[in-house]
This record gives sequence, C-alpha cells and structure tokens, in this order.
Amino acid sequence: MIIDCPCCGRRPVSEFSYIGDAEAAKPDMHAPAAEWVKAVYTRTNPRGMHLEHWQHLHGCRQFLKIQRDTLTHEIFSVELVGVYASGEGE
Amino acid sequence: MTDYSILSLAKNALNGQVGWAPAWRKPDPKPAYDVVIVGGGGHGLATAHYLAKHHGITNVAVLEKNLIGSGNVGRNTTLVRSNYMLDRTLPFYEHSLKLWEGLSHDLNYNVMFSSRGIINLAHSPGQLDVFRRRANSMLLNGVKAEILGTDQIAEKVPALDVSNAARFPILGGLYQARGGTARHDAVAWGFARSADRRGVDIIEQCEVTGFLKKDGRVVGVSTSRGEIRAKKTAIVVAGSSSHVLQQAGLNNLPIESHVLQAFVSEGLKPVLDVAITFGAGHLYVSQSDKGGLVFGGDLDGYNSYAQRGNLPIAEDVATMLLAMFPAFAKVRMLRSWGGVMDMSMDGQPIIDTGPVPGLYINCGWCYEGFKATPASGYTFAWTIANDAPHELNAPFTLSRFQTGYVLDEKGRGPFPGHH
Amino acid sequence: MTSFRIDKPSGVDFEKPVNFTFDGRTYRGFAGDTVASALLANGVHLFGRSFKYHQPRGVMGAHVEEANALITIGRGAHAEPNLQATTIPVTEGMEVYSQNRWPSLKLDLLSINQLAAPLLSAGFYYKTFMGPTKRSWMLYEPFIRRAAGLGAVSTSPDDQAYEKDHRFCDVLIIGGGVTGIAAGLAAARSGLRVILVDDRNVWGGQMAGVDDDLSGQPLDQWISHSIRELRELGAELLSRTTAFGVYDGHVHGAVQRLADVSSHDGVRRPLQRFLKIVAKHSILATGAFENPMLFRNNSLPGVMLADTARHFMDRFSVACGKQIVIYTNNDSAYGAARRLAEAGLNVAALIDTRPSVSAACQSLATHIGASHLVGWQVEKAHGRHRVKAVSVCKIDDQRQKQRISSDCLAMSGGWNPVVHLASHMGMAPVYSEPMGAFIVDPDNLPSHCHVAGPVAGTLDLPSCVNGGFAAGMEVARQLGSTPPDPIEATAMHGFIGDWPMKADVETLSEKAMLDFQNDVTLGDIKLAVVEGYSATEHLKRYTTLGMGTDQGRTSNINAISLLTQLTGQQIENIRPTRFRPPFTPITLGALVGHHVGDHAQPTRLTPMHDWHAAQGAMMVPVGLWWRPRAYLKPGETLREAYIREAGNVRENVGICDVSTLGKIAVQGPDAGVFLDRVYTNNFATLPVGKARYGLMLRDDGMVLDDGTSWRLGENDYLMTTTTGGAGAVMQHLERLHNLYWPDLRVSFVSVTGQWAGMSVAGPKSRQVLGKAFSGTDFSDAALPIMGVMSIKTASGTILVARLSFSGELAYEVFCPACMGTEIWCDLLSHGADFGIQPYGTEALGALRIEKGHVAGGELDGRVSPYNLRLDGMLSKKKWFFGKPLLERDGLYDDDQYRLVGLISEDRQPLQAGAHVVFGDKASPGPSQGWVSSVTYSPSLDEEIGLALVKKRALEKDTGMYAANPVAGIHRKVRIVSHHFLDPEGHRMRL
Repeated sequence: MIIDCPCCGRRPVSEFSYIGDAEAAKPDMHAPAAEWVKAVYTRTNPRGMHLEHWQHLHGCRQFLKIQRDTLTHEIFSVELVGVYASGEGE
Repeated sequence: MTDYSILSLAKNALNGQVGWAPAWRKPDPKPAYDVVIVGGGGHGLATAHYLAKHHGITNVAVLEKNLIGSGNVGRNTTLVRSNYMLDRTLPFYEHSLKLWEGLSHDLNYNVMFSSRGIINLAHSPGQLDVFRRRANSMLLNGVKAEILGTDQIAEKVPALDVSNAARFPILGGLYQARGGTARHDAVAWGFARSADRRGVDIIEQCEVTGFLKKDGRVVGVSTSRGEIRAKKTAIVVAGSSSHVLQQAGLNNLPIESHVLQAFVSEGLKPVLDVAITFGAGHLYVSQSDKGGLVFGGDLDGYNSYAQRGNLPIAEDVATMLLAMFPAFAKVRMLRSWGGVMDMSMDGQPIIDTGPVPGLYINCGWCYEGFKATPASGYTFAWTIANDAPHELNAPFTLSRFQTGYVLDEKGRGPFPGHH
Repeated sequence: MTSFRIDKPSGVDFEKPVNFTFDGRTYRGFAGDTVASALLANGVHLFGRSFKYHQPRGVMGAHVEEANALITIGRGAHAEPNLQATTIPVTEGMEVYSQNRWPSLKLDLLSINQLAAPLLSAGFYYKTFMGPTKRSWMLYEPFIRRAAGLGAVSTSPDDQAYEKDHRFCDVLIIGGGVTGIAAGLAAARSGLRVILVDDRNVWGGQMAGVDDDLSGQPLDQWISHSIRELRELGAELLSRTTAFGVYDGHVHGAVQRLADVSSHDGVRRPLQRFLKIVAKHSILATGAFENPMLFRNNSLPGVMLADTARHFMDRFSVACGKQIVIYTNNDSAYGAARRLAEAGLNVAALIDTRPSVSAACQSLATHIGASHLVGWQVEKAHGRHRVKAVSVCKIDDQRQKQRISSDCLAMSGGWNPVVHLASHMGMAPVYSEPMGAFIVDPDNLPSHCHVAGPVAGTLDLPSCVNGGFAAGMEVARQLGSTPPDPIEATAMHGFIGDWPMKADVETLSEKAMLDFQNDVTLGDIKLAVVEGYSATEHLKRYTTLGMGTDQGRTSNINAISLLTQLTGQQIENIRPTRFRPPFTPITLGALVGHHVGDHAQPTRLTPMHDWHAAQGAMMVPVGLWWRPRAYLKPGETLREAYIREAGNVRENVGICDVSTLGKIAVQGPDAGVFLDRVYTNNFATLPVGKARYGLMLRDDGMVLDDGTSWRLGENDYLMTTTTGGAGAVMQHLERLHNLYWPDLRVSFVSVTGQWAGMSVAGPKSRQVLGKAFSGTDFSDAALPIMGVMSIKTASGTILVARLSFSGELAYEVFCPACMGTEIWCDLLSHGADFGIQPYGTEALGALRIEKGHVAGGELDGRVSPYNLRLDGMLSKKKWFFGKPLLERDGLYDDDQYRLVGLISEDRQPLQAGAHVVFGDKASPGPSQGWVSSVTYSPSLDEEIGLALVKKRALEKDTGMYAANPVAGIHRKVRIVSHHFLDPEGHRMRL
C-alpha cells in the first residue's frame, strides 16, 4: 500500500502509523465522562468507505486524514490535518 | 448415521465406500426456530452443538452467509493454549483447553488436537518476571505451567538459536505442556456434523440482511433466503460483527475489524515439535502434521475487511522467524492468507445477552478465537439457554468498558489494533 | 550423445558437457540442461515418490507447474529441499537427491501404503485415530509427521546472502513470452519505462525453441531481435524473476534468482534478490498451463503433458520416449505431435476423446503416420516404474479395445490460463464459454491492470502477439504517451487449443489421479461429494487437493470439471478456490534480505557504551537499547555487585548512565498549557529553572508514563520519559496536539539521542560536581531541590537538574552526546577522592525500590494512579487528559490493587512475579496480588519488594505470603508502606 503524503509524496505504508477512525469523537475537555467513554471505546467500524487518521511517523510526522475503502484498501483522498492543516501554524 | 471409527473405515474400505453419508444435511430454512445462530464459523457451530447436547435445545438453525468454516476458523495458525494471566480470563481458556482434550470423542470427529506444548520465549529479565507472574497465576488457578531455562529450551527446540550471538538472546521461557495445535477445518466440520445429528439445521449461503423487530425486541432475521423468525437470535460473526449489528440499527460496538495475515511453508520433515512465540516482537510458529511451518505475527495495523494484507508484515514476520531460526532462511513460503479480526478495546471477547432484547452477542475475539472455540460455544449456549451468562463468561460483558472492568491481558489500552 | 538425445540445435550446448550425480550415480548433461532434461536425456524417468501412497513419479510438466520431480540439492548443512528439477540448470559437480523415499527411490518400502489405499481415502484421518484413549492422537501423530513433508531442512545456519531492493516503472509486464514481449515493445516504443519479468532463464516462454514463423520471420529470431530492441529502448529485463504477488498501491513482489543454487566457496554473494516493484500500470501475460487427462495410472513416470514432451524436444533436444502416444481432447496436441514427428521422433498413436475432429487434424495424423483413434479414451497406463503400454477403448463401445506399446504418453486435457496474480486483489476469475477455461474477468479489472494472451482468452500465436501489443498501446494511451505504430502479426502454424474436460465422469477410473503430489484421486473427489464437501473450498480442504507445493496448478481445473458433473452445478457458478500470494514458493531468506543476525533490528547504544564494555560491565537489553546492569568486579556475583554499588550510592556517591531516558523538547508559547493538559499535575506555573515529576495518563485513565519535565525557559521545557515509553509518549503528545488541540502553539522534538545523561547520586555528589565544574556554585541555595541550571562550556551547554530517583542528594547531568564519555570520565576522575563508583540498572533498581518509586515492573499498562497510590498527583483544580475515564466505578472496586511494600519475614529473597496469597504452600488460595519489583535493601538489610495487592486483602489483618509455585518457593511476608526508606525525603534535601 502506498500513501501520498502531502508533505513527502508517495511513500510506502510501512512509514506510517495508523491512528484510527477520524470520525471518532474528540470531546471537549470538560465534556461529561459518559461522552468521553463513548468516544474512547466505541467505533462504527464500517465495511466500505472509512475516514481515518494516519501519522507519517517515519517521515514528516504530520497527521493525515485519509478516505479509504476498508474492503478494497483503495485510497480516495489524503489531506493534512492538525496543526498545519490550513497551511498556517508555527 | 454412521459413527466414525476404524471399524467403519475398514467396512467401507471393503464395500467400496458406499456406507458414508453427508457429514451434515443441507436443508432449506424453516420459517421459524427457537434459536437462530447467525454465523457458521467455529464458534457458531460449537454453540449449536452445546445448545443441543447440554440444553436439549435442538430447534435451532445456524445461518452462514458463505460455506461453514470459510471464515477465520478455516485460516488460522491453529494454536490452542490456556496460558493467560488474569483471574477473570484464565478460567475460561482453561475450560476450553479441557474441552479440547476430549473434543474428538465428544464429536466423534478427529480434530487432531495435539498437546505438543507451547513455549513463550523471554529475552530480558523484565520479560521473565512477567512470564513468572503469568506462570504463577496459572498455577494458583490450578493450571500447570513451567519456566524453562535456556538449556531446557534448546533441548526441546534444537533448531532455535539459543546462543548469545542472537540479536535477542533467549533467557528462558514460559511453557505450557498441554498447549498445542488442532486441525482447524476439522473443528468446524466436527461441530457441524454433531449439531446436525442432533437436529440442528445448518443453512449455508444464507446472508442476514436485516432484523425483524416487535415492540423493541428482535424476533427474527431477514435473509437472502427469506425471513426466519426466532425466539432468540444469536450473533457470532467475528469480523463482521459491526456490519451485522448495523442491520439492527446498533452502531457502536467497541470493535475494529483488522486484517491479520498468516503463512505456511512447504512441507518439511519434522523440525519443530513445539509451538513457539517470540518475545522481542510478535511472532508465533508451529509445524503442522503435513509438515508445513505455520506462522504469523502482528496485524497489518489498519481497519480492513479485505481478507488480505500487504508485504511489510510478511517481511517483518520472516525477519523475526529467521532471527530465532537462522537455518530456516532456505525454507520457502507456500501460501499466505488474510482474515478479518474483530479487535476489541481490551483484547478480550464479548459474550453477553443483548445489546437489545431478543439478541445475544458473541464477538471481539481479536485473533485469539480458535483456542476458545469450545468454551465460546459452551458458554454462549448457556447464556442463550439461561438468558444470563455462565460464571466463565460473566466478565465478558459489553458494558465493562463503561464501568471500568476491562480485561487487558497485554496492558495495551483502548487501541484495538494494539491487542 | 545418449540414445534419448536427438541431433538438433536447441538451448543445450553439446560442446560443454556437465557431470552431476543423482542419488549417488553420475550422469552427463550439457550446459543449458535442467536437471530434468539431463536426466530424461539419460533415460531416467523415475524422479520421486508421491506424498501419501509413495507411488513412483516422474516429470509431468515443463516448468513451474511440475508437481512431482521435487529434488534436494546438496547434503547436510547445505541441503536445499523441494526444488523443481524442471527449473534448476545443471552445474558441474551438482549433487542431486530424490526425496520422500526409503531406503531408495526404486525400492521405497512406504509404497506399501498403496495396499491400504481404500482405508486411506480422503479425510480418513478425521474418522479415526480417536481411540482408544483421549490422548491417542498423540500416539499416532509422530508417525504421521515423519511420513509427511517432502524435504528435510538442515538446522545449520544458512550461509547464503539475500538482497532486497525497489523498482519503479510506468508498466510492469509479467510474463516474458511472446505476448509479454509484444506488450513490452509497444510500451517501450512509446517512450515508457518498462520492466519485463519472466521466471525462466530464456525469453519467449512456451514458444522458446519452437520452430514457427511470425509475420514472415523465424520465431526465435523475432524473440531475440525484440529482446535486443527492448534493451536498446531502456527496458529493464528481469529473467529468472518470479512475480509472486500483487498488493495494494500497485506494489508487486518479485524474487530474482541471481544463482540457481547456493555456492559454498566462501565468497558471500547474493543468491536471490527480493524486489518490490511499484508500477503505474501492469500487464499480465502469464500464459497458460496444460491440463492432465484422467485415467488409471495417469501418474506413472513417462506420462507427461503433451506440450511438455514437445518442450523437452525443442528446448533441450531430448526425446522423452521412443514410442510416443498422444492422448488429447483438443487440437493443440496435434501441433505437438507435428513438432515431435518433424524432429524425427516416433509418434505411434494419437488418441482423441472427441467424437469427431477437423480435417486438418485428420490429415496431420495421416501425414505423420500415427494411428489415429478418434472417439477413443485411455483406460489405463501399464508399467511399474515407467509406462510401457496403454490400454485404450472406444468411448461409445467399450468392447472395442486395443493395447498400444508406449514408453511416453503425452497427454493434453486442454489449457488453463495462469490467472493467479490477477486474483490476488480478490477478484475471482470468470468462466469463458468460448474458450472453455477460467480467464481474468475483464469487467472486474481496475483501470491500471491489463491482460493479454491466454489470460485474456486467446490461445493462438498471432492473437497473443497482437493482444500483447494492443495492451502495451493502451497503457501508453492512458499515460498520455505517443503510441507506436500498430502491428498485425500472423503465424504459419499458430497454436490452437481449446478446452474443456469433456470426458464423462462415469467412464473414468476411480483411481485416476487428480492431485499428483498429494495423491488425490477421482474416487476421493466422489467420496467428498457424497459426504457433502462439494463446494470447492470444502473439497480442497477435505481431500487436500491443491494444497501441495504446486497449489493445484495441474489439478484444480479437472476437479472443477468433475464437480460440475457430480453435483449438477453449472461451471459458471463454481468459484475456484482463492488464489493468494506467493504464486510459487518464495524463500524466506529473500523476504528478509540483509536483515539477518544483528541487522534484524537496530541496536541502540549510549554515548558511553564503549566505556561500559571496556569495564566488562554486564549488559542487559531494554527494548533496542543495551544498558549496563552491573559492573562486576572479578569474582563478584551480580547480587554482590549491585549491593556494593547501591550501598556506595547511599554512603558516598555513584554515577549511572541514564542516557536511554526519552527526552522531548516541548517548546512554544502554549507549552505550559499543553503540559498542564497531558500531565495530571500542574506544569503551567512551574518556574523557569525548576523541574517537576509528572504523571501522564492514557485515554482510559491508566498510567501511560512518568518522568520529569524541566522548564528551561519561558517557552522551553525538556520532558523526560521512561526508556521504554519514549516513542509512545512522543506519539501521544503529537496525537493530542494535532487531533484534540491543534490551536495550541507548541512543538515537540525528540532529543533522546542528542543528550547523554548521567545521574550523580549520593551524599558526596555535590562535592563531586563542585570539583568537576569548578567555578559553578552547587550549594543548596544556588541549586535547590528540583532546580535546573545550565553550564556553558566550550564544547556545549551542560544541564544539571537536582533530581533524585534514588532518594539521595542527586543530580542529573545532561550534556551533548558527543561530550558524553568526556564528561563521564571527568566526573569519575574528580569523584575518585569521594569514592565514586559507577552503578548499573540493578543497583538503580535497588535504590528506587527502597524509596518506593514506581518503574517498569509496576507500570504494566493496567494500573491507574489509584493503584499506584499516586492519586495525590491528580490535580483537583485543573482538567487533565484521562481524567474523565477515571470516574468509572470499576477502578475503585475492592478487588483493585494498591501499591504496598513487602518485607520477607525469613530474610530470604523474594521474586518478581510471585503472587501474594493468604494460604500456605500446600493450599495457597487465590491470588490477592502480585510482586512487581524485588531487591535486597542494603539500607535496611532486608529482602524487600513492591507489590500490588487487592484493597480487600489489605483490609484483613492476617499474614500473607509471596507465592512463587513455579519455582516451588513460598515466603512469609510483612506488608508495609512502599516508602521503605526516608519517607519524608530528608536525604535528598541535604
């Protein structure tokens, strides 16, 4: 599998670390505990299109949001997320 | 129906094999059953067997979307063991091991359970401490375990590099003599045949496409072969669990489906008599009765339903195998597989009533399901029959993540891909 | 020249004889021969024994489809088992051995199994071996295991080398036969980067050596000229390379054979190269395998595929027999017959199962003078170690029979396209009615995958060449390259073939062999169907058909054909068993490449490693690192060493290499805010020049790691982590930053390798530092507890933090890694007057256990702050990551652990991994907790340990034991506070 990192170009999947479902909630700090428990422990786990986070661990170490089909492994889109998402940041 | 034995084999050898009958019938589904089991893998078929045998519940159908045994029970590395650590999980696997020891007789089908022993290698003092904790936990629970020194390991596994020149020198290992391997296909077929003989209908090529509900209770399923009503509907579909439960409108299991690869080599004359796991990385290897080395390691690491993986894991697994057994460099890999693993949030399964009335759920086996097949069927049958868990599966609740009674054997945390 | 060689030019060089041995007997072949061709040329047809029945087996196929002729090359440590004789070129002095027979190939006593054949039917082992006791299988198993497996692997290390590499191209063409070569020409002529792979030693695939005419040019000339042109156009041509798998992202796995067998001349050169080829497009041009026919004794040596007989003649000038009989159900065998006859071989008869054949076939048979029996079938082949005659009968009048002498029966059951690689991504092949075979499903191909030749449904020579060229042109078009001029190939003879297996299953012998390696017969298939194992997946697993090293290449299609007749299923609805990598077996050494020995994983060494090694320190692995465990003096045991080292720290001063601690530079205006969120305690208000111990939690509230963070400046912190937790903590910080709070202005840089770290600990540590860094004030006022200062030297900045893991007055000295050894030695020499000694991880452990500090043994990934009695570190004023999940009741259950200290009552050592119990050795009762760390305490002169014991158990006032039943040890223990020594922390406040 090859991932087209926005910073580094096409790199083999072994350079990346899979983080997980991008649609799993990231609750606000002071959100109630029940919301945090649900966010940490439950997943939709779709068979098909999946939005997920990866980190280019052995490269730029940036976080990517990837749209990938879990049945065919085909990757449809890759975008930078997190601190440098908008192109700004430090 | 003919019993299997050397006598019936001989009789049929002489009469031109006319006395054999299908190992299980292939009936059309009835419109209703007392219990419908969705999932014709090892666990589903075992559940049907125990429902019939222990609880006298025989008006049962097992619905399988493909052919029975075509899922993970048909493509695993066949290791059977009960060398677990936690007091709330160990008894379950030990019960399973005991069932394994009598399974061929119980089913009248040779599942070729071979107690050849399993060794977990340790490469640092800290690791040996952890194995000692595990060994003592086993012993305090009445399960025999030993810590072997390097010499004892070398004697059992001559091909292993036990020298100090190894990249990860071996300091010792945890040994369960009763652990071993079994023939995976035989397990599925054996349970199927036994359940079928007791009246259970095994319906293949029957995919569940929806659930029938009444007053908030599940009362049956819609399938590719029509509607089937059921007083109790049990779901035991491994990697497809999220997918199937979504048909019931339930969308948030603590499960991620991942791909796990396994590999087998060409047949070799006997070279490895025990099963071994590597301690400085994730790798397990044993030799099948046909002579192939059967081995595997980590998950690929990403959600997948594709039943196939990629090269990096194959390379990593081969690298670790050769780190342990340098001589195996010449051995050739014959075939690889991939399966869909239902990875749970703590590495242990869920065997529970619910999540809604009328449903019973059995999932989250990660890649530990094969050894648990008999106990999973046994306890799931109990849970279904009694509407309450058996003592052995009582800790495997769906709600344990919310309440904080997590069962984390490996200590990896709420990251399914790490278990 | 032996009598089985014909005088005809081919790929063999008769000027270069090669001598080799087979089972100890010397034979002569020539350069260019394979082991198979050389032995056949010498009249040898018996190559091996089948797996179950130990029946005699010979060469059946021409190349990788060969299932029988598996040999071992070399002996002892150098033995290489399970090689196919048809693919290995002979070399001078090569030692070839047959396999799976005892005592010899000719007299294999295990062939007695055949007498028990009716008992040994498919799946017989599922029906027996269950008695008389539950453990009976284990009694039978050793015999079954010994009979299993084909070759033996030596247990000596492999002395061969392997390589790994990558390749990138516009188009990867898999198959270097005429189809693939044509595709390559089209792609290369349009300027694309081309890689062409073929698993043979020569180009042209099946057509190599065939005397045909392609568009007016001799075929072999077309092949060699095309190869030359491809090279000139810059294509990379990889022969002896098997593309074994297709993976996501257009990645292909291939193994290139740089040599065919190992050399043992002491020169380390790679035997194989594993290539990962990333291609924008791929063209599958892998040709087809011929199918066997089914009849009794169809597995006898001398019975082979028709085109194989032709191939040995064309490629190696080998006559497979003097009295050849062709048995076919399709036209292609007529082409083979013609070729054989033209070469002067005696084709005695042509048996065709079809009711009628074309005029062209009839005239050909007449022309070559073979007896032509149309509408007849072979009933049985006769012979013991080689075929000597065949019995044939008329299909619709079985009374008409003949017996024909023959020493070579060349059979053709049709052609079976090699679709495997197209199926690796999960797409099942589809049955093509016109072709009568399974081909790649054209409707299910991704746009970057192309097929040509038999896998696309064409079998004749011109169509294959044209199809290949068209595929290459299509790739050029898709990549926006200028397409080349099209071609329109024609051939004189062509190559006609069709399928399917039309013989009526009712007329076939039950003993007809389907899987030649695993001995699966027609009778086995019938039995499996009767017992309900009639789906292809069940059939395969129950009978083991297709599970041998040939993976069903010559058996799957016949089995499917039989299934349609036995079950009434339509062939379109039968899905062949799934094809998976590798296409042919791949050597594990190749997958690993150079990552063997020390290169399996990197080794991490601290800057002062050489010094430790020079001292003869006992080293211990911690993950990928090596750390000094203790510096044993001559005659000392490990225990004596660590007791001395730890005692010296408490008395005088010690120095410990702590470079392996994770170090992360956390910088930015929001660094303090961020640390406040990830640590349970307060960091935002930590003054500059101060350090603090912090606890970090995982998403579920369990302890992730602990360490100290030092505030070096307003926006500048240096975080330390445990050695093992460094990578996980770094990822944790980055994940929380990027996915939860991307607006915080903070950055993280791993600086673990940048800083060497040493702990100088003991009552005299201040004096040592004062002497080593004269001019710097280390007084309590200048550097109070938890203070951080920096010392600028000519070589770099040194950080000194007054932190104590040991509980003594102590300092952590961090310097740039390049200065590590210098500073270390400096401190040692300045500390000599104060009795300084280096101490290792064992002593480090003893010291921290005396203080009750938690470390790796306690942090097992399952403990919360409550378990570790660190709940005091949970800020009540601020939020921290993991806090919400700490609210779950289960974490405070009476069965939850609490950290305690243990003292061994009888002053005998405790062991980590023991469990804490109430009962005595005979009946200990259930576990009440476990011992996480142990040491002899020099300060207390006691054997102590840390343990996590259930809250419920601690509330009882009865005695407890540390039970270590795996070692047969049971010790009475006293539960105390885990802060054994100086709980108020006076000593570090000196």
